[in-house]
Amino acid sequence: MDNFIAARSQMGMSLAFHIIFAAIGVSLPLMMTIAEWRWRSTGDPAYLVLAKRWAKGTTILFAIGAISGTVLSFELGLLWPRFMQYAGAVIGMPFSLEGFAFFTEAIFLGIYLYGWNQVPGWFHLFSGIIVAISGVLSAIFVTLVNGWMNTPTGFDVVAGKFEKIHPLVAMFNPAGIPEAIHMVLAAYTAAGFATAGIHGWLLLRRGRNRFDEVAIGIALLVGGGAVLLQSVSGDALARMVAAKQPMKLASLEGQFQTETGAPFRIGGLPFPDKRETKFAIEIPHGLSLLSFHTPNAVIKGLDQEPESDWPNVRMVHICFQIMVGCGSLLSLFAVAAGWLSWKKRTLINHPRFLKALVFVSPLGFVALEAGWMVTELGRQPWIIYHLMRTKDAVTSMPNVTITFLAMTAVYVILGTIVVWLLSRHVIAAPERKQLAHQGVL
Amino acid sequence: MNAAVILAAVMLAALVIYSLFGGPDYGAGFWDLMCSGPRRQDQRDLIASAIQPVWEANHIWLILVVVLTFSGFPAVFSWISLGLAVPIFLILLGIVLRGSSYVFRAYFTGSIRTQLFCGKIFSISSSITPLFLGIVIGAISSDAVIVKDGVSENGFLGTWFHPFPLIVGMLSLSLFAYLSACYLTIETNDASLQNDFRNRALTSGLVSIIFAVLTYVVAGDSARPIRDGLSRVPYVWLIELGAVIAALVAFHALWSRRYLRARMAAAAQVALIVTGWGVAQYPCLVRPELTIFNSAAPSNILSDLEIAVAVGALVLIPSLILLLSVFKTQRKSISAVADTTLD
Repeated sequence: MDNFIAARSQMGMSLAFHIIFAAIGVSLPLMMTIAEWRWRSTGDPAYLVLAKRWAKGTTILFAIGAISGTVLSFELGLLWPRFMQYAGAVIGMPFSLEGFAFFTEAIFLGIYLYGWNQVPGWFHLFSGIIVAISGVLSAIFVTLVNGWMNTPTGFDVVAGKFEKIHPLVAMFNPAGIPEAIHMVLAAYTAAGFATAGIHGWLLLRRGRNRFDEVAIGIALLVGGGAVLLQSVSGDALARMVAAKQPMKLASLEGQFQTETGAPFRIGGLPFPDKRETKFAIEIPHGLSLLSFHTPNAVIKGLDQEPESDWPNVRMVHICFQIMVGCGSLLSLFAVAAGWLSWKKRTLINHPRFLKALVFVSPLGFVALEAGWMVTELGRQPWIIYHLMRTKDAVTSMPNVTITFLAMTAVYVILGTIVVWLLSRHVIAAPERKQLAHQGVL
Repeated sequence: MNAAVILAAVMLAALVIYSLFGGPDYGAGFWDLMCSGPRRQDQRDLIASAIQPVWEANHIWLILVVVLTFSGFPAVFSWISLGLAVPIFLILLGIVLRGSSYVFRAYFTGSIRTQLFCGKIFSISSSITPLFLGIVIGAISSDAVIVKDGVSENGFLGTWFHPFPLIVGMLSLSLFAYLSACYLTIETNDASLQNDFRNRALTSGLVSIIFAVLTYVVAGDSARPIRDGLSRVPYVWLIELGAVIAALVAFHALWSRRYLRARMAAAAQVALIVTGWGVAQYPCLVRPELTIFNSAAPSNILSDLEIAVAVGALVLIPSLILLLSVFKTQRKSISAVADTTLD
């Protein structure tokens, strides 16, 4: 395998795994805190069991996330030394702040785990809130760095080097905040629906039980709420991309020609050699409306840039369709579930509802992965948009294929461990005495 | 004082803290590998209970060093990542295998053979990682890591595979083992277990002194400047003297079974050794070419980073104190049962 391809594969593989660990690690603390709050206000022991289970899950994911985050911070240098040499100083600020957010999370997670009987109840709940907030902050800081790679700001380029760097301007680059909000909501959506789906499946197998029911209630509230907000956040992000990265928008929409009042394409397959996207359902003026909120806005096509600078248009377009498709299905499900449960309260035990839930539950993670493919592949061939090419940043070290294979093996092991531990310690049915006698908790 | 020097000092401080808290975690893994005698299982259990609650937090110090390096001294990060790619990759592999096997072993409830296998991976990777951490320190102290136009001049083995870095690697492994054995003596009330780790502390302490002397001797051939740094600057002499005194106090305390004193003296000894290396290395970061001054990011970035570190410390230090006080009361009470009923 070519060194450059091996380096990109290794980075992509590491990120694809890390994003799953991170998304669960960001969402579980929120669900854990909600469960504890419900326990404190209702006294229902099922909520307490759930809070402790999710706290354990948070611990496992925090440990695995810490390992995989360490890997990524080293890989930035091992695989892309020139990128770090030039950009390290510009993007160091969010990375440093992320380190502190992570540290805060570790400390308060420790208090949460070991402080059930040591600190006052309100303070224990407060520690859970801090864990949830610092997890979200970590996600935001890291995504701000990705935003900078897409819309680099906060410096002047003088003789090929960054001069007059303003770390805060760089940190709050145009893509940063919209991307970060989109990411946090995506994490809640993915982990919320996946958790609800797992408990839905268990409820079908185990029969009615309070533990799975309250788990579905909280998980679906988090996942469903997030996916509905996601449409607003997605719109903001799309308008940012339209304004700041028109070529990226063109490739994710398969827009080859510059056009006034461009249509919005649902589905379809781009043919870069023929400069057209076939088989799509086209909504007239849709893209112009969505991107600039006016029906006759000009949408720049890929024809504005030499073909050698195009990303892999076909892949980007397909991934974008997958993301939007999954997101729309989940939104529909959330609206339907909300409406039905408002009409009829026993919804959660309806087998047909549970089957539908199990069916849609993995889509959040599918959308999350597809969305990152859109962001990352859509930025190519640039590592810093329009400033540094990815191939100019790669290491000169030979045999990257070996490290790629080794790290792939490592991540497969990590993934297996996470799945095994979560199934054993987080979603397994609680023993009856834990629910019957609150004292033993 | 110059902003770059302050940031370098913060990084050195983080490295010292990492050695004091993360180092014994590695050392404990090494002792896990070396467990022997009639109390073998008790020794393993003691090690497991000693590192359980805090191990994730300890690695954050290393991440802090990495992040501050690439933000404050980007060229240093880039050069090390290229020239020392092999040891860095092995450190990474070690951290991953160590962490994941530890998490797995801690929560795994199945067959004893799987548990033993995980234990082996945990202890072997715990021993290899500090070896390569030391090798990286040794390599950036000898004049081997030079990167020109993105190409390492001494290749990918020549930068570190020679006597000086290898001996520094052995030195750091033996120091961490020594530190860990000293810490473990006061993690138990069982006198015979305490005695086991006391004897190990004495042995590994002696081994580390041998490697320290060897480091100095070998430096004469291949790392002359750092040896000159170690012997010339007056501050370094004071720090070295402090380290020697701390070592003597630690050995005496171990000999006479005053474990708390031994633990504190050993920690002071390791902290002074790491600090002494840092001061002797000054002003270089990667010898011979990269110094604190020629590789630093622009000063406004350095001062912004320092403000971020200061604000972070303001939040973190009270939280850390709170956490430790919760731990202390938790260890005293028997309410640990609360968590085990959920398994």
